[in-house]
Amino acid sequence: MATAVENIPGQLDVMDPALESQMTLSMGPQHPSTHGVLRLDLRLDGELVIKAIPDIGYLHTGMEKLFEYKKYQQGIVITDRMDYLNPLGNNLAYVMAAEKLLGLEIPERAQVIRVLMCELQRIASHMVWFGTSCLDMGAMTPFWFTFKEREKILNLIEAASGGRMTPSYFRIGGLMMDLPAGFDARVKQFLDGFPEALKTFDTLITGNTIWQSRTMGIGIISKEEAIDWGLTGPSLRGSGVELDLRRANPYSGYETYDFDIPTEPDGDVWSRFKVRMRELTESYKIVQQALERLKPGPIKADAPKVVLPDRDDMRKHMDSLIHHFLIVAEGFNVPPGEVYHAIEASKGELGVYMKSNGGPKPERVHFRGPSFVNLSALPVMAEGEMIADVVAIIGSLDIVLGEIDR
Amino acid sequence: MSKLLEFVERLKERDSNWVANTVDALGEVTVFVPREHILEACFFLRDDHSFDMLADLCGVDRGPEEDPRFEVNYHLFSTTHYQRLRLKVLLSEDDAEVDSVTDVWRTADWHERETFDLVGIKFKGHPDLRRILLPSDFDGHALRKDYPLRGYEPYSMN
Repeated sequence: MATAVENIPGQLDVMDPALESQMTLSMGPQHPSTHGVLRLDLRLDGELVIKAIPDIGYLHTGMEKLFEYKKYQQGIVITDRMDYLNPLGNNLAYVMAAEKLLGLEIPERAQVIRVLMCELQRIASHMVWFGTSCLDMGAMTPFWFTFKEREKILNLIEAASGGRMTPSYFRIGGLMMDLPAGFDARVKQFLDGFPEALKTFDTLITGNTIWQSRTMGIGIISKEEAIDWGLTGPSLRGSGVELDLRRANPYSGYETYDFDIPTEPDGDVWSRFKVRMRELTESYKIVQQALERLKPGPIKADAPKVVLPDRDDMRKHMDSLIHHFLIVAEGFNVPPGEVYHAIEASKGELGVYMKSNGGPKPERVHFRGPSFVNLSALPVMAEGEMIADVVAIIGSLDIVLGEIDR
Repeated sequence: MSKLLEFVERLKERDSNWVANTVDALGEVTVFVPREHILEACFFLRDDHSFDMLADLCGVDRGPEEDPRFEVNYHLFSTTHYQRLRLKVLLSEDDAEVDSVTDVWRTADWHERETFDLVGIKFKGHPDLRRILLPSDFDGHALRKDYPLRGYEPYSMN
């Protein structure tokens, strides 16, 4: 049985002579189930986890510092590298914060394409989560099926932006460029096969008794605790809180789309699994609706001092050439002010705090990553569980270390 | 937007010393709170106005020539009425310390550690104020304006 240990925050002494059954285990940073380079300090009694302390920072590259040295439009490229499974979501949060400071109006077509691409990206991100969290628990087959679907989406993103993992597709004031010809037919082709794929995932895993016994009742976090610890996204909805920023603080026209917010009441690994699985169907619905709304129109805001002009325009008009030169060489000045813009990324609330002092470079950019906050609640879920369940819990939180360490 | 300003009115009614200044810009409301009252104001907003979630907490360095030099931003969010409110505490360089809000929202734990690590602001009453992203023997605070982009010297792991 576990014995109470004196609570010394952040410290684990190697061995307490009075409690000889206990040991300290360092899990990671190269453990495959930690999804990157996360280290966990675990205090164990047999297989029981008494205390878990996450240790992060192995991937820290000073991105927030780098933003202060780059022009606003150059920062978009950095955001791709944070949550590398959801780069379009990061792009969106960043450009929308800058657009709020600049007071730009985004044309309808650009908004629809943003929603379309973000939902495709959300499906791709959930595919990686699904494949890897099954893999962590020993189910290797789903991984091959999910990565096949993800590949199709990455091909779509590549067709639109030229990049698979690092699209930088959204720009301040609109999009990098319009969708290529025949893009909607390709998306339709993907959508046609997707319900079949969802059914395959379901038959592979959901009814599996081993899967159920490894997830049901494991890693429970109550509704109140989840809010107190700042959990957002599917992890919060798995605890029975119906909160989705696409509904609560709508952006990019999400208030006009018809979709449900799946919730599950139990707060265990199984609930979080079910919420994400049901979210795939909702994203599928939103992509369908966005496709129907794709009407020809401008994809960039009418702000010649901020948005790069068309190549063709530049060759014919003197002022377009001047604007292009100034934007690239000097950047554009953003009025002084500060904003906090939050979107619903695939993992939860992705907030960008941006402060401008009037120049072409931001004074401060801070990213509130959902993985960072969700991981901080790991001890609540892991303490009192078996060491093999820690793997299941990390998988159910869907963390990406690139965003946690920044 | 008037709804947000109502919260500011409630704060002022409760204690006029809690609100030093209010800025309403770009659809967001910022309340400047004197640092000795931040804990009380947070408890009040959480308990009486259901700001039950701290969405974000971050530090800002305005530059070594500014006084007060540092800002701490608290981005409050409510999971029931979905409003957002920003509280701001200003701190001077020689006394960059503010009460920790980990007792109000547990999620402040890592946010405050990150702010301590990168900006160098101390949080009084934090249960475990250690560096979080950078190594424990790292010198300086990387997000300060006077910290060079590439560091003082190459960091070695020995």
